[in-house]
Amino acid sequence: MHRERINEPGPDPMASTAPIKSAAAAIAEGTRQAMSADPSVFVIGEGVADPKRVFGTTAGLLEEFGADRVIETPVAESALTGIAIGAAMQGQRPILVHQRVEFALLAMEQLVNNAAKTHYVTNGVYTVPLVQRMVIGRGWGQGPAHSQSLEPLFAHIPGLIVAMPSSVEDAKGMLMQALVQQNPVLFLEHRWYHYRTGPAPDTPFTRPLEGSAILKKGRDVTLVGTSYSVYEALEAASILDQVGVSAEVVDLRMLRPLGLDSITSSVAKTGRLITIDTGWTAYGAGAEIIASITSDQFQSLKAGPVRLGLSDHPTPSSRGLTGDFYPSAQSIVEAACKMLRVGTDKLEAARNEALKRAEGAIPDIPNPAFKGPF
Amino acid sequence: MRDLPDSIPDLALYRQMLRIRMVEEAIADRYSDQLMRCPVHLSIGQEAIAVGVCAALDRQDKTFSTHRCHAHYLAKGGDLGAMLAEIHGKATGCCAGRGGSMHLFDKAAGHALSLPIVGSVIPIAAGDALANKLNGSKAVSVVFVGDASLEEGVFHETANFAKVHNLRLLFICENNLFSVYTPLDERQPSDDLTRLATAHQIPCARHDGNNPGLVMNATRNMIEKMDDLPGPAFLQFDAYRIREHCGPAFDDDLGYRTADAITAGMKTEPLATGLAKLTEQGQLTEDMVHHMRAEIGEEIDGAFEAALSAPFPPSETVRDHVYAS
Repeated sequence: MHRERINEPGPDPMASTAPIKSAAAAIAEGTRQAMSADPSVFVIGEGVADPKRVFGTTAGLLEEFGADRVIETPVAESALTGIAIGAAMQGQRPILVHQRVEFALLAMEQLVNNAAKTHYVTNGVYTVPLVQRMVIGRGWGQGPAHSQSLEPLFAHIPGLIVAMPSSVEDAKGMLMQALVQQNPVLFLEHRWYHYRTGPAPDTPFTRPLEGSAILKKGRDVTLVGTSYSVYEALEAASILDQVGVSAEVVDLRMLRPLGLDSITSSVAKTGRLITIDTGWTAYGAGAEIIASITSDQFQSLKAGPVRLGLSDHPTPSSRGLTGDFYPSAQSIVEAACKMLRVGTDKLEAARNEALKRAEGAIPDIPNPAFKGPF
Repeated sequence: MRDLPDSIPDLALYRQMLRIRMVEEAIADRYSDQLMRCPVHLSIGQEAIAVGVCAALDRQDKTFSTHRCHAHYLAKGGDLGAMLAEIHGKATGCCAGRGGSMHLFDKAAGHALSLPIVGSVIPIAAGDALANKLNGSKAVSVVFVGDASLEEGVFHETANFAKVHNLRLLFICENNLFSVYTPLDERQPSDDLTRLATAHQIPCARHDGNNPGLVMNATRNMIEKMDDLPGPAFLQFDAYRIREHCGPAFDDDLGYRTADAITAGMKTEPLATGLAKLTEQGQLTEDMVHHMRAEIGEEIDGAFEAALSAPFPPSETVRDHVYAS
């Protein structure tokens, strides 16, 4: 897999022999190294020191750094957010963890009014280097209030930085970058992304909190994914390759500041754009990207851009109802073939290939080893 | 255990209250000039609490406040010129014109932050206390809240967290009996707000909020207690908001409080009672009051003149500090 980076500093693990690890392990490793390097970094949240350790993403921290820096908490999201902000204003570097995005909804007042605005309102006197991690649930019947990908709510707000990494390298490197800069940074981590494995150096490194990345080169259509949908886009591109459609795949990485850079150059080349949100399409990342691209480079578009994302209704629990709810490699392939007006033969071949690859996959779990409960 | 600052004599406390009263009366008098183009929530009637509490604090102790923050800011030593400039939207304001009257802060003086959403500042103060704990500091984080703040969930979340994690967080609850126009008895089952601290097993006490010496001593006692029993504490002080919720005027014509309540409130308000007491004790004469008022008036006039003549912030700075670099 070719990987072209924007704003390129640091090592290039994809080209090296960096060790393979899961995103969850990379997050824990980055946190541990940041805490070792900087005594002002601490972790706070519901479950950060419990036996499950937030899906393993805080594993080992309590043992190494103690309960003063790995703070297990009452269930109080609004207060926790304000407490993290107040500590950050005094130079601490809290990592506030929510096991679901929905938990952070109870803290929106603190995030929107205080985290995002204190630096501005005080004319730069205070900084709020808060890091907030939130997990997007999916599958296993988690239903309407445990599986929402609500990144637009956060990305709407000036003063916040909103990251949705998809690579294991970014899982660690972007987190470590967030812990050496001065702004509030929110990470939306797709639950299924935690299981993904990939190369990332064992040594500390940072990845920039800006810019998107081209993961696969292509000529005919640009597929832009966020977080887990990047993996669906890569699978779709691989299927499309087999029928002679060359798709370029962009990992958005950043919603605020919006990583338009490589999308702009990609669409200038392909003239066609499909965005794949992990959330609903209305007012989503894809909507913002398409609005920007159509405004800025309308002349380079050969077809109307298309947004893919969740169907416009709440997430039902029953797997009997979620068959077509999530965008998949198949739905991306369908959209690309329609946009490119490929012939019936090619379309049938692409459909068959997609069906073949999906065979045996269980749609409501991240991998066959997953046995619940959440 | 840390040393408390020296007690401040009643006369000096009175002068501080008078200064705050005169600043806010000047704001009220000049508000109709339409040059202070932001909401103002005057503390008139509640000065004794701000002055008494801050008299018990060191500079290292930070205060946090609400939309009704003028008195807290001034009592903690916040810069008067920066306050009036902020209310005028000028570049020399404490927020350089980005906050207005509800966001007053003076980091050097230790008035860390004021936030206008009810309850919003409470966990921020607790975060300051958490940072103090992590840094091994014995400073106290003081959060001024109103009676309605205790109706917000975030108060209870923070009180519980502060108790469980032994944060040196001191709640100062100013009960002025109203949330805008809605009286306390329509919002809570009792005017004893300490019951909510008790529910969180937080040491607490309730006092009259019209006597700054009493407020100071109650605060000193509570801080001493916090040294013995690590963790938060809570003080309720009862007061009377003399003017409208937001704005420069009296609003008794609206009929939301009874004539008896108004009479009682004006009888107990801290400037009137303070003057009567100090006069009776022979500490204050008419001449002294006259001199005090002239001196303070001169300071206030100077600060207004400076605010009025200061420039607005340059429009090209409007995008500065959205993000820190």
